[in-house]
Amino acid sequence: MTRRLAMWALLLAALALAPLLFSKGFAISLLCQTGILVIFALSYNMQLGQTGLLSFGHAVYYGLGALFSIHALNLGYVPTPLVPLVGGAAGLVFGLLFGYVTTRRAGTTFAMITMGIGEMVAACSLMFPAFFGGEAGVSGNRALREPIAGLTFGPQIQVYYLVALWLVVCMIAMHLITRTPLGRIANAVRDNPERAQFVGYDPQAVRFHMVALSGLFAGIAGGLAAVNYEIVSAESLSALTSGQVLLATFLGGVGFFAGPVVGAIVVTLMSTVLAAYTQAWPFYFGTLFLVMVLFAPGGLASLAVLQKRLWEAGALREAFAVYARLAIPVAFAVGAAVLAVEMTYRGVRTPGAWLGAAAVLVVASWATRWTWMRSRDRWAVASTALEAKARA
Amino acid sequence: MELFLTSLLNGVTYGLLLFMLSSGLTLIFSMMGVLNFAHASFYMLGAYFGYVISTHVGFVPALLIAPLVVGAIGALIERYGVRRAHASGHVAELLFTFGLAFLIEEVVHLVWGKSPVPYKVPAALDGPLFTVFAATFPTYKAFMMAVSVGMLIALYAVLTRTRVGLVIQAALSRPDMVEALGHDVPKLFMLVFGGGVALAALAGVIGGNAFVTEPGMAAAVGTIVFVVVVVGGLGSLMGAFVASLAIGILQTFAIAIDWKVPGFERLTVSQTAPVLPYLIMVLILIARPRGLMGTRET
Repeated sequence: MTRRLAMWALLLAALALAPLLFSKGFAISLLCQTGILVIFALSYNMQLGQTGLLSFGHAVYYGLGALFSIHALNLGYVPTPLVPLVGGAAGLVFGLLFGYVTTRRAGTTFAMITMGIGEMVAACSLMFPAFFGGEAGVSGNRALREPIAGLTFGPQIQVYYLVALWLVVCMIAMHLITRTPLGRIANAVRDNPERAQFVGYDPQAVRFHMVALSGLFAGIAGGLAAVNYEIVSAESLSALTSGQVLLATFLGGVGFFAGPVVGAIVVTLMSTVLAAYTQAWPFYFGTLFLVMVLFAPGGLASLAVLQKRLWEAGALREAFAVYARLAIPVAFAVGAAVLAVEMTYRGVRTPGAWLGAAAVLVVASWATRWTWMRSRDRWAVASTALEAKARA
Repeated sequence: MELFLTSLLNGVTYGLLLFMLSSGLTLIFSMMGVLNFAHASFYMLGAYFGYVISTHVGFVPALLIAPLVVGAIGALIERYGVRRAHASGHVAELLFTFGLAFLIEEVVHLVWGKSPVPYKVPAALDGPLFTVFAATFPTYKAFMMAVSVGMLIALYAVLTRTRVGLVIQAALSRPDMVEALGHDVPKLFMLVFGGGVALAALAGVIGGNAFVTEPGMAAAVGTIVFVVVVVGGLGSLMGAFVASLAIGILQTFAIAIDWKVPGFERLTVSQTAPVLPYLIMVLILIARPRGLMGTRET
């Protein structure tokens, strides 16, 4: 309990101090963007991680929340810091509405219905341009209201602290939901719906509640996005946004509360910092995602937890010996692959460069394989220690 | 009458193209039980490969080579990707194909850029075939229809009249039994996946120049193909055929009608056209989850 409180205190301190460390305008807006995506990804994980529902249309709640928020901002009845609540309310209402329809089935059917609803709402944006803003989107101005306690929310730093405040509120709320009976039963429904039903819970009702709640938080994230960017376009409703939050959540790890947080940070960093260096960043991102799906379905968080368990079992030294051996050939293979991608993108046609890259790639891949074959024994030592520890 | 006839012909052409895409998806789904989200991406790859091959050696070789090459890529992806992801469960498999669709789009961006490529209808098939009232019917559309129908007949013949088809049909419903009888089911999976992907690529080769070959073309048809497969009934080829035609015709008709939607000031039927397929899909999934002719629930 004290450890958990210490974690939250650390988070609060980090959020409060972050703008002092990264004081450049770009860094502050990056932090705002990350905070919004963290809330969005955590809300997505309420469905995928906690309840076992794979959704392809989560952007619906985010986008509608953002649209209602930007209209609320423009109408001016709601003070700026509370605008995300409008988004949350919209997300909750649509969560109740669509959740009622979608949660009648689980599994693949749920995935397909959410995709259908996502496409439907996105297509609606062309039918009602007055509300959805058409091609140009809806723009607003967050600094028009009377200042509250001297805060106009014009400067980005004030928006940062607003995002940070909502981030902490939402994170605590979502974390507490995981510990309520509803949150626990959602896990039961995810793992074994028949058994949950036999014990007397209605899986459909549990899924419905979780989808509605996750709509609420996605709507808050959308509301914050409306305040932060001061423009909401149809893209925030699109399959692209749904895909992005799915990729971020899964990449971070669906089994852990910290997973989506990590995923959101990685995605924001890749889409801004890496994008500043190479326009091929979505390719690297997609490749990373596929590699994770194939080799570490638990996401980045599961890899971190694995190291922690290895350390607890006293086998981290063995594991690191394997990592150290693999690091060099893997680095060469990745380097050669990156070189090939960049040459493709820049249209390099020199045969020598291509042959060189291909040669390095082949040799390094072969060396990786060879090293892995020779390191298997040491890896086996580490994993045996891990299993022994788990059994004890 | 003129509007009716042209819309019908356009709808049937579009519907037949949709069927080419959805037949492969249906085959793959019935065998593996997983929806391939990257299916439309192979359609796009087919179009791009068709463009590259046809500029070098001509359209007719492209019609053969491109589906074979893309089908081979598909088979390799099944062998080293889908099969591995399947070991971690259905969600991982679904996510794998989803990530694959994302990645293929990026590869297309990298290799061919973000703007459309000049993939043109071959000169021999360019031009009007016959005239309906004042509107002309292009030769290429007739060619597309012929290829689709030919493919339908060939697929039906392979599935019902050949030994491989019989084994595939048996493996669709009783893979364990087929395995016990000494057939290599994993290899069959690879064959069916590659075959389905090749069908999608064929649709790309003949659809890419009729429409536009650009990086967004997979996303444009990707979800519609899902609608077709779900409405027709997962796993039912006949259902996919009926649903393809129905949705193709419905959409082309809706676009052509400019009536006002009752109760709305400025909304016309043609503006609602993009929503209609999804509305139908959601209603079908709620009311009859196995689709029009499907035999199993999603």
